[in-house]
Amino acid sequence: MGRAGPMRGVWLGINQGTVCFLLLSCFEALCRVASSIPPLHFLSPPCTRTRSRVGLFLDRLLSGLRHPSFWELPAKPETMLTLLALASVVLLGIVPEQSQAIVIYTGWERHALLGSDIRLSCSFFSWRWTSEDVTFSWTYRPDGSRDSISIFHYTGGAAYVDNKGPFRDRVEFVGNPGRRDGSILIKNLDFNDNGTFTCDAKNPPDIVGRPSSVRLLVFEKVPIQAGVITGAIIGVVLGLLVLIVVIYYLMRFLVARRVFSLSVSKHGKKKKEGSQQRQIKV
Amino acid sequence: MLLILLGVLIMHLIILILLIVSTAASTWSVGGDTSTDLWYSCMTSNGGYHCKPASSEDWIQAVQALMILSLLFCFFSLIAFVFQLFKLVKGGRFFFTAIFQILASVFVMCAAIIYTVMSPNDGATQFGYAYVLAWVAFPLTLISGLIYIVLRKKE
Repeated sequence: MGRAGPMRGVWLGINQGTVCFLLLSCFEALCRVASSIPPLHFLSPPCTRTRSRVGLFLDRLLSGLRHPSFWELPAKPETMLTLLALASVVLLGIVPEQSQAIVIYTGWERHALLGSDIRLSCSFFSWRWTSEDVTFSWTYRPDGSRDSISIFHYTGGAAYVDNKGPFRDRVEFVGNPGRRDGSILIKNLDFNDNGTFTCDAKNPPDIVGRPSSVRLLVFEKVPIQAGVITGAIIGVVLGLLVLIVVIYYLMRFLVARRVFSLSVSKHGKKKKEGSQQRQIKV
Repeated sequence: MLLILLGVLIMHLIILILLIVSTAASTWSVGGDTSTDLWYSCMTSNGGYHCKPASSEDWIQAVQALMILSLLFCFFSLIAFVFQLFKLVKGGRFFFTAIFQILASVFVMCAAIIYTVMSPNDGATQFGYAYVLAWVAFPLTLISGLIYIVLRKKE
């Protein structure tokens, strides 16, 4: 898997969050249990003072456990399922696996016009702070070839670009290592630049990770993606249809209301005239 | 009256089926053992059936859109026909049905014309049955729309 998706980071975050929650709840439970033992009564004020969300959840859980019916009837299937789900999430969180690996993100495929410039972006996710010895390196493998050459390297705060290979004087570093961005700009593209660009980033001591690749395709004329024009035509026509129907019903509604308000004002005028005449008579 | 109604409804259903087959079958152009357009370009080699997506040029996408729109409008006109059958006042005309049906016929005509003009002119490729069905569906839809204009709801 050359490209790790952002979902991996989310999953790791969920695991770590669950582990933290379980640790907190264990600590709170231990505190309460300890404060109920007579020699350790002095613990009770600080333990029960914290009315955290974890504490409230634990209170409800403990009160449920104390209810006699909890121990008589077999547990309901819903509670069994939730307990099972929680247990599986805990197990997945406890297993360390690759929770400390660095994850590198680049695009999947980039399309560009002949003679234009393109920015290849590369960023990474790491559990450690960005160190000063962070390195980025880009390598290029032409289409149909099995060798890759190195075209860019950033290390020790300085960027080294290709000065001998096919990209000499065409590569520029436009990234921000402080913000974990190692993007490069390639200028004046040619058909020979079709190929795969691989970004490898290292954030010492977090160096275990898989490089991620982005494929570059250079076109003379950027082709229209299948279905764009189709969708546009269908959308416009259906939108016009809906608009016409809405306008038609709106006009009908407005005309009906105008007719209604006209008759009300006529009726009101007649009433006023009648009351005026009566006043004059008096 | 009932007979006319039944006849008109059956004609409408036949048109709908013709449009569905013409839109869905990917055989607007055939040549030897290849059949292309509207959605796939398939080749029957000795190994089996190999299909790849049809070329995404702008005119093919326009034909796709127009065929889908004509199918949708024919379907809307069928729904409008059934709706107006029960809701129309006596002596009223099926205007909504007729409008949708005529629009559907216009769209099919545009799609067929665009395909005829823009399809590549090889000696080996001929027009397939889906193309013929589209051309057949156009006058049928037009006639059906005109019938709906003339039709009146009696007792």
